[in-house]
Amino acid sequence: MSMRVLVIEDDREAAAYMCRGLSESGYVADQASDGEEGYAMASNGGYDVLVVDRMLPKMDGLSVVERLRGEGEKTPILFLSALGDVDDRVKGLKAGGDDYLVKPYAFAELLARLEALVRRQAPDQVEVNLKVGDLEMDVLARRVTRAGNDILLQPREFRLLEYLMRHAGQTVTRTMLLENVWDYHFDPQTNVIDVHISRLRAKIDKGFEPPLLHTVRGAGYCLRAAP
Amino acid sequence: MQLPRLVRTSTFRLSLIYLSVFGVSVLLLLGFIYWSTTQLAILQTEETIEAEITGLEEQFRRRGMLGLTEVVRERSANQRQSLYLLTNSERFVIAGNLNAWPEVETEVGGWFDFPYQRPIGGEVETHVAHARHIVVPGQFQLLVGRDVHEQREVTKFIKTSLLWALALTLALGLAGGVVMSRNLLRRVESVNRISRAVMEGNLDRRVPMTGSNDEMDRLAQNLNAMLDQIQRLITSMREVTDNVAHDLRSPLNRLRSRLEVTLMGRPTDAELREAIEQTIGEADELLATFNALLNIAKAEAGTLEVASAPIDVAHMVADIAELYEPAASEKSIMLEVAVSDGLNVDGDRQLLSQALANLVDNAIKYAPSNGVVMLRGARDDGQVELSVTDSGPGIPEMDRKRVVERFVRLEASRNSPGSGLGLSLVSAVAHLHKGELRLEDARPGLRAVLRLPVAAD
Repeated sequence: MSMRVLVIEDDREAAAYMCRGLSESGYVADQASDGEEGYAMASNGGYDVLVVDRMLPKMDGLSVVERLRGEGEKTPILFLSALGDVDDRVKGLKAGGDDYLVKPYAFAELLARLEALVRRQAPDQVEVNLKVGDLEMDVLARRVTRAGNDILLQPREFRLLEYLMRHAGQTVTRTMLLENVWDYHFDPQTNVIDVHISRLRAKIDKGFEPPLLHTVRGAGYCLRAAP
Repeated sequence: MQLPRLVRTSTFRLSLIYLSVFGVSVLLLLGFIYWSTTQLAILQTEETIEAEITGLEEQFRRRGMLGLTEVVRERSANQRQSLYLLTNSERFVIAGNLNAWPEVETEVGGWFDFPYQRPIGGEVETHVAHARHIVVPGQFQLLVGRDVHEQREVTKFIKTSLLWALALTLALGLAGGVVMSRNLLRRVESVNRISRAVMEGNLDRRVPMTGSNDEMDRLAQNLNAMLDQIQRLITSMREVTDNVAHDLRSPLNRLRSRLEVTLMGRPTDAELREAIEQTIGEADELLATFNALLNIAKAEAGTLEVASAPIDVAHMVADIAELYEPAASEKSIMLEVAVSDGLNVDGDRQLLSQALANLVDNAIKYAPSNGVVMLRGARDDGQVELSVTDSGPGIPEMDRKRVVERFVRLEASRNSPGSGLGLSLVSAVAHLHKGELRLEDARPGLRAVLRLPVAAD
């Protein structure tokens, strides 16, 4: 069944593009163009994820999310904002948002983040034994094996792999990795992440078949068992 | 009714309040002086009279009524200021230098004042006397007194002088208040005039200072500092606008031309796709440049709310080194880290990390293969000195100042990727943290030094 997403965004044209892109990516997308309409539609429920712009007419994005969360609404929410300061990000997350994307953004980035939100596990069901194909990770013992062979990883490589394994089958962008594995919210000019990935790839894929860590052109990376 | 402006100034009101308090104190003081002076005079008069009475009583005791009469008569003839009158019970004059018993209520043993006619030369003047009424055994009435005319004149004179002194004090105080108010008013007015001029757009105007370093001077100093800051912000905004206009216009134009030209031909699907992909790539670069510009502008304007927290420098440097280590080793560059423990700065971890990342990124970009990039952190003269040194070609001395400016890229680096905004951002972040960026010659190579104030405790 396809995922339902509600886009609350007052720029109708931008929202229309976004909805078209989302439909082509397999989502069922609805559109609301002000805070009150968005709040009403979201309250009726039935959505798997909400995309909320920070600045909206009638009721701003923060208030919409605060009210929804106040009423016990648990649907994952992604904030969109033209304000990119760390403070704004923190405000958004405090209001009850689950992720924060600064405009302008690449559509691939939005897709990857929505996918991560939709498939997110509840915090109390976090797996400690991860498995992708014959690659296994024991998070508590900090042990990684592939086809039964121990793989030695640096602490950061371990966290990188853990993030990829928790999002197995999903596209993960460089920005997502930088934010979640390194906790940096800026763009390093060189593609430093690519080099980290190729190191990790050398450790987990070299000498094994099939390769698990794939590059998704124009978007990021994906760890998956199927080719 | 509209009061004159001077009267409505707070200084004038303050001086008025002060003046009334001061005036009352002066009034009390002068009143006390007047009171004690007159009291002293009366006391002296009464003591003299008491002494006379004692003498007369002595005579009476020794020589009886006859002796007393004789002495009174004798003294009346000699004394000029003392007054005597001895009468029988019917107030019939026996002796003395008064013609009759004064026509005022007198009480036996009591003090009283009375007017009397005193012959001076050929004329007769009315003088005031102070006297005591005594009864001598045998119902004889005795009056002993003194002419207090001169004394009263003196106290009257003192009273007038004191009143004049009070009036003068108040007048001087009021004049002082007016002068002070006018002085202050003039200086406030100059501040007002400058403020109006600035509001009208003359941002260069500054409040003049008298050099006395008083409150008004300090106010002027602060206002001027504020105006400096405003001017700096406006200049910086203007520069950003200029740069955005200049440096985003040409890539935008390029992007537009590509789309236009592609449409003019009869593009195949593959050609269209390629053109669109190139356009997206270019748009991404434009957006990155745009974001970088905004960040620099925000950092320079000092409006970026610094999420200030103590940051462990060693930790921060280690994290960045860890991020860049694979990129460095891919170019066979050694990344050396040596940071003293216990170094802390106050600031925004994201911004400082980004600044450091930009420096490391540059260093790795310009260092030759098999080269070395060193990250050092140490305390130096109350500052934290963070340096990134590469073994690359360095920057000629004359260009070092220029490269920090926006979009400046030296010819040598034109072909390598980058927006030319990296060092500008580092410099802006340094300023935002009350520090600075210095570029030095590492012989060979470049040493970029980030000096930041040590965290408060």
